[in-house]
Amino acid sequence: MSQANDHHDEPHLIPYKTYILVWLGLCSLTLLTVAVSYANMRHMTIPVALMVASLKCTIVVLWFMHIKFENRVLWWFLIAAVGTYVIFVILTFADYSYR
Amino acid sequence: MSDSASITTGAEKPAAHDDHHGHYGVPGYDPAAWKMGMWLFLFTELLLFGAMFIVFAVYLHKYIWQFAAGSVQLDIPIGTFNTLVLLTSSMTMALAIAVLQRGKKELAIKLLDFTLGCAALFCVVKSFEWGGKFEHGIYPGSLHLAAMTLGEQIFFGLYFTMTGLHALHVIVGAGLILWCRARIKSGAVHAERITFMDNIGLYWHLVDLVWIFLFPLFYLVG
Amino acid sequence: MSTQALPAMEQVDYIRAQKGLRSWLTTVDHKRIAIMYLIAIVSFFVVGMILGLLMRAELLSHGEQFLSGAAYNRILTLHGVIMIFLFIIPSIMAVFGNFVLPIQIGANDVSFPRLNLASWYFYMAGAALALWSVGVGGVDTGWTFYVPYSGNTDANVVLPMLAAFLLGWSSILTGINMVTTVHRLRAPTMGWRQMPLFVWGIYATAWIAVLATPVIGITLVLVLFEKFFHVGIFNASMGGDPILFQHLFWIYSHPAVYIMVLPAMAVVSEIVPVFSQKRIFGYRFIAMSSIAIAAIGSLVWAHHMFTSGMADEGRIIFSFLTFFVSVPSAIKVFNWLATMYKGSIRIELPMLFAFAFIFLFSIGGFTGLLQAALSIDIHIHDTAFIVAHFHYTMFGGTGVMFFGAMYYWWPKMFGRMYNKAAGMVGFLLFFVGFNTLYFPLFVAGLKGMPRRYADYLPEYEGYHALSTYGSWIMVTGLLILIFNLIGSLRCLRFWGTDAEENPWDAASLDWKVPSPPPTHQFASEPIIVGGPYDYPIPHLGDDDKQAGKAEVKA
Repeated sequence: MSQANDHHDEPHLIPYKTYILVWLGLCSLTLLTVAVSYANMRHMTIPVALMVASLKCTIVVLWFMHIKFENRVLWWFLIAAVGTYVIFVILTFADYSYR
Repeated sequence: MSDSASITTGAEKPAAHDDHHGHYGVPGYDPAAWKMGMWLFLFTELLLFGAMFIVFAVYLHKYIWQFAAGSVQLDIPIGTFNTLVLLTSSMTMALAIAVLQRGKKELAIKLLDFTLGCAALFCVVKSFEWGGKFEHGIYPGSLHLAAMTLGEQIFFGLYFTMTGLHALHVIVGAGLILWCRARIKSGAVHAERITFMDNIGLYWHLVDLVWIFLFPLFYLVG
Repeated sequence: MSTQALPAMEQVDYIRAQKGLRSWLTTVDHKRIAIMYLIAIVSFFVVGMILGLLMRAELLSHGEQFLSGAAYNRILTLHGVIMIFLFIIPSIMAVFGNFVLPIQIGANDVSFPRLNLASWYFYMAGAALALWSVGVGGVDTGWTFYVPYSGNTDANVVLPMLAAFLLGWSSILTGINMVTTVHRLRAPTMGWRQMPLFVWGIYATAWIAVLATPVIGITLVLVLFEKFFHVGIFNASMGGDPILFQHLFWIYSHPAVYIMVLPAMAVVSEIVPVFSQKRIFGYRFIAMSSIAIAAIGSLVWAHHMFTSGMADEGRIIFSFLTFFVSVPSAIKVFNWLATMYKGSIRIELPMLFAFAFIFLFSIGGFTGLLQAALSIDIHIHDTAFIVAHFHYTMFGGTGVMFFGAMYYWWPKMFGRMYNKAAGMVGFLLFFVGFNTLYFPLFVAGLKGMPRRYADYLPEYEGYHALSTYGSWIMVTGLLILIFNLIGSLRCLRFWGTDAEENPWDAASLDWKVPSPPPTHQFASEPIIVGGPYDYPIPHLGDDDKQAGKAEVKA
């Protein structure tokens, strides 16, 4: 039998504390990215902002959306979807970055 | 089902999916299927906003300085405040699920109410922000905007389109949370049957995720 | 593949299970929904076919015959919208994916039956809107809705875009349903490598539908925003870039051609081993090539835009990727041929359609490679060559296999076998007519005949006249094919015979349930032993047949 049919009846009980810590982390990252934007780093502004946003996004997906505790199939799904999107972006820029 | 047909060794083996219905393989309550379906739906949302982010990226690449000039016209403290509001609502949504998993129905409803409050606050702040821009004559098709550089016109066009579409998702999400609240109240959603709430939570976190990217790209590129 | 569990034999079939129109319109049975799709899709196909006939008749000789240029443009748009959005995209996926896929994996329904019905309503609403808006509203943008024209035209483009949006939702919902069904409702004893290749094909298609369709949705919304709110995202005079529209449009619409063709290939993979009575050659390669086509097919969209003014570097990258996508398609063709090699081939109608697919799709594929070459594409872009190419791939590929699938699964769906001789005549007329219709367009295109034109210079008359004659032959064949099926139905019985449970000696699970199946085709869990292509099926004498049914194959 494949993993896809594995049953996942028992919801994973995550302690409240984890959510509160995650929230604190997300808030501090938000404040950090705002602070960095005031530092006026010119060329680095956008990459830094995007990196912080991606980090926040990962945290939300892993804990708030419990991907960390999900069936392995959903991991693959997520990789496929995000991978497809990233390739769309890269290939669009195969045109625009040379124009 | 006629008895003559059950020449089978499989009938004794409990199938994973038919714990609810008597028939084999009739889709009943299958939390994993619902969650999988929800994630697939979230991917469509991801690609929908993703396409808009591609548009944004292309014009950011083309008009990098004009986008910076547009960005400084947006109010960073308000944007930051709204980001924190949404993050908080995401946490209370997650907490509401965790609380209901432990059977605390009343507390779960309170947390959902708080989440709804955050959603409302976000929309109110957003509408004031838009209103402020409108007062300064910055709205799609305005003469004031037409007098700006092409890059700034695109920047504000995208600003209104993307934050508008996001606000629409906030409103839809709030509606879903209201529905979920009613179903918890009526007892249709409870600790053993929580997938519905889980899925609405996932949707709400997605709304948060989109904003996590919208905020720095619009407010902080200046 | 053999199973230990037998389905319930003495049940009323799904068609007779309930009576009345209402029972159909509110059904959540995957088989009934498939039939509703079938009726709608074939009807739209006939409408699109008539519009195509009209265009061909107008092009019979040069000069204006009976259609003005404006009328021609509208008919062209309507033909494109119907054939692409209402026929090819949903065709095999919605009809046979719905009907056959759950049975093939040993399930009684899809994961979300009500969503499945909703998806049909989305389809019908979108279809009604599309027909009404293009037919009455006179949209003349072509099915691609390119800006800036679609943003400027006086015709009402809002409704067809809304229609495309609804139809997109329909295929997204079907896609979500199929993916979840394959993961969650597969018989617990069926491993991934025991799934029939049809399931693999639909699975890959469903993924494309989920991941690509939202892009077209938002793109059309952006065009509408431009029209109503003056957000000039694609408007060059407001700083926008019209080519970005083409990028976004083709990010969806190129994967969409794989939404169209992958299920057709999947049907071929089912039919070829059955009628060769030979185990499929390279099961894993065919399964993985479906996934590979889905993946690589999402990376080649800009080959539609080689002459649009992209950067040279971008064009080279997309040209390379386009050549690359032909590899998994070729793998499939080689594997089908290897499956037939030394098989006991029976020439039945489904097999003939599979032959036709391989022949026509190969022509379509090879001419596609020509266009992938940048230098040649500049010469043949927007000529009749392109028209011929995509009709060979889409109609010669998917359209043919839609008919192939109907002729293969008809006995299962309706419990009736059609008239094989009439079907043969219809097929031959169709095949001859098809090539007479589309092949001359390759030549005319190479000689410079532009596409989408209502008129042409006298020197192209020979090609066009031949093509129009071909259209008459082809439509005759198609009508015979369609009426042969309709007339065989139980309620008409003009011809044909009652079908057995497994008239083709097929090994997959769909042929192990009665024809037509009862509403719950599996009374208990089927235990899967072996693979779906364990051929040849041992021919049992009549005496052994009863025993054979309960036999467990090692």
